[in-house]
Amino acid sequence: MTIDVPTTGRSLPQLQPISFIDADGRLTDTPTAGLRIPGDRTLTGLYRQMVFVRRFEAQVTHLTRQGRLATYPSAAGQEAAEVGATTALAPGDWLFPTYRDSAALLTRGVPVGEILAAFRGDWHCGFDPNEYHTSPAATPLATQTLHATGFAMAAKLKGADAATLTFLGDGASSEGDAHEAFNFASVWQTPTVFVLQNNQYAISTPLREQTNATMLADRAAGYGMPGLRVDGNDVAAVFAAVTAALERGRNGDGPTLIECLTYRMESHTNSDDPTKYREAEEVEHWRQFDPIDRLEKYLRSTGAVDDAGIEEIAAAAEALAESVRDAMNREAEIDPLELFAHVYAQPRTDLAEQQQVLEAELAAAGRA
Amino acid sequence: MSVEVDTSTRTPSAPAAEAVTMAKALNRALRDSLAEDDTVLIFGEDVGRLGGVFRVTEGLRAEFGSTRVWDSPLAESGIIGTAIGMAMNGMRPVVEMQFDAYAYPAFEQIVSHVAKMRNRTKGRVALPITIRIPYAGDIGGVEHHSDSSEAYWTSTPGLTVVTPSNPADAYALLRESIASDDPVVFMEPKSRYWMKETVSLPVATGPMHRAQVLREGTDATLLAYGPTVRTALDSAEAGAEHGLSVEVIDLRTLSPFDDETVSASVRKTSRAAIIHEAARFGGYGAEVAARLTERNFTHLSAPILRITGFDVPYPSPKLEEYFLPTVERVLDALESWDWEL
Ligand SMILES: Cc1ncc(C[n+]2csc(CCOP(=O)(O)OP(=O)(O)O)c2C)c(N)n1
Ligand SMILES: [Mg+2]
Repeated sequence: MTIDVPTTGRSLPQLQPISFIDADGRLTDTPTAGLRIPGDRTLTGLYRQMVFVRRFEAQVTHLTRQGRLATYPSAAGQEAAEVGATTALAPGDWLFPTYRDSAALLTRGVPVGEILAAFRGDWHCGFDPNEYHTSPAATPLATQTLHATGFAMAAKLKGADAATLTFLGDGASSEGDAHEAFNFASVWQTPTVFVLQNNQYAISTPLREQTNATMLADRAAGYGMPGLRVDGNDVAAVFAAVTAALERGRNGDGPTLIECLTYRMESHTNSDDPTKYREAEEVEHWRQFDPIDRLEKYLRSTGAVDDAGIEEIAAAAEALAESVRDAMNREAEIDPLELFAHVYAQPRTDLAEQQQVLEAELAAAGRA
Repeated sequence: MSVEVDTSTRTPSAPAAEAVTMAKALNRALRDSLAEDDTVLIFGEDVGRLGGVFRVTEGLRAEFGSTRVWDSPLAESGIIGTAIGMAMNGMRPVVEMQFDAYAYPAFEQIVSHVAKMRNRTKGRVALPITIRIPYAGDIGGVEHHSDSSEAYWTSTPGLTVVTPSNPADAYALLRESIASDDPVVFMEPKSRYWMKETVSLPVATGPMHRAQVLREGTDATLLAYGPTVRTALDSAEAGAEHGLSVEVIDLRTLSPFDDETVSASVRKTSRAAIIHEAARFGGYGAEVAARLTERNFTHLSAPILRITGFDVPYPSPKLEEYFLPTVERVLDALESWDWEL
């Protein structure tokens, strides 16, 4: 008796990361797995959004140091992955972000005050998920990857066109939930794109202690889905890869795992001290792969942007930074009684009693 | 294989007392346990190079090397599950869950295996594992960083649940937890990590399973643990100004419950209240109120009260002050009793 086992249909991602534009702003000769470089107009738009995002992250980090926010995890250095992936989404697609992905929320059009509500100390996620087709950012690691899978499955069952995209980190890829999501998505053939931002660290833990695999994109093969490894600092490559993966999903061809090789330039959050676990030289080394510098060089070389264009974008980014300062310097009005308002759909008498306790205290303190 | 730790006799010459934080006292307890017993291992997320996000394991990897103290991959179920295997193979793992809410991915391993292995094997397999969990709020943490998860663990038979409220107890209770052949969930109140106390380590502070009377009184008993012990002591002080003599007990170990110490106090004062940050419904205070009533009903002159967080998700930094049990709420509770009886 022979055992019938499939011997084809399994492929590993290419070792060399897919990239179109190298660190010097020149076109690469790297194989790109059939993907095509986006046109200059698209690239200029991506450039613009990356500049916005960088300015946004710098401004929020600064305000956090001044005590305006409780904590903030910056994605500085990861602009290409954040912007390239999110821009590839259609408006009807859904995004399932993490705490690291404020840049993606900004790219999705969520107003800055709403993006930052929770980091600032409010009790809710700030924005209406249904309005922006974006789930609240998840902090319990990798949990959102399953939500993205389930959402996509429901879309498939309803015959809807929507795909889902979820971000996760190199550290989060070790959590059981990540593996379960990869498997569910592949078994169910859901239109889900897993964008794994490999920024080399999970707080202090370096990639080599997180995984013994050659690359994280290899995981896809074990779950029977395509995996791609892209230069995560090349926004052209990220955008092209995610666009193609979303298309695959919408065509009924199932999920894709895309590992974006990048680097976390800032500390994990403002309360982290990276000097305890990495050398300043390493951070400097990564500066030469900067996603924005290289695209600027490239777009200048094709004539898509010139000094005036760059200046206009920088000025618009300044205006964005100012709007962030305005929003964060305004004292947030938070009504303590809202603590009780949204715990259940069906009101509960014991909760109402507890609310009365707080109401009485506030009244006694002259605060209500 | 059990390691006897008698902290009272292990100091050849009494070391000088110095001001230590709870984080430092815990660090010293880990260090001394590692030094004394080479089956003690420490692993978890960021506990090596970084020394933990609260610096409780700082310096231990440098001192003991990365075969004793190391950073694991990022997976809590993996951390607890592998600790189980190691314990079955003669080790004494001390693992860290980075935050209260991040222990939840390991819930299955903890409640189905850590808690039950002794019973499932008729006592033949012990799991001397210490699971350190920083817990509770009042640190301005964003969501998922301030949970009081103690009732999940105390309602699980097979687990011993310990929580210190001060540096000396932090040292002594952690040493004893690590030495214990029962698995211990060791809950560290985050808001007390930076609390300083002048103490000479090592120190012995009384057996792990016993509660401690911190302040004597005759009118009422306030029960507290971990982060709310300070609130209880402050309330007793405030109560004294109103002419009330309030006894304060630090439970120290939540499971098992020290009925002897607590019932003796309640029989003396005839009134008791329990303070915790966790929500009220089904919280630890419910067990305390029920068992004290069962055992001391005829000695009580008032119902046992709970001063707790509200039954809502732990709120954001801007609203924690409204959620946390305050001295005012404790005093309100004391005043609500009918003192004419
Ligand atoms: C289940 C769970 N465990 C632990 C944490 C604490 N934590 C927050 S971020 C982080 C590191 C995550 O690293 P990675 O997935 O690489 O994402 P990055 O922060 O680098 O973007 C850890 C351990 C958490 N949020 N959730
Ligand atoms: Mg990372």
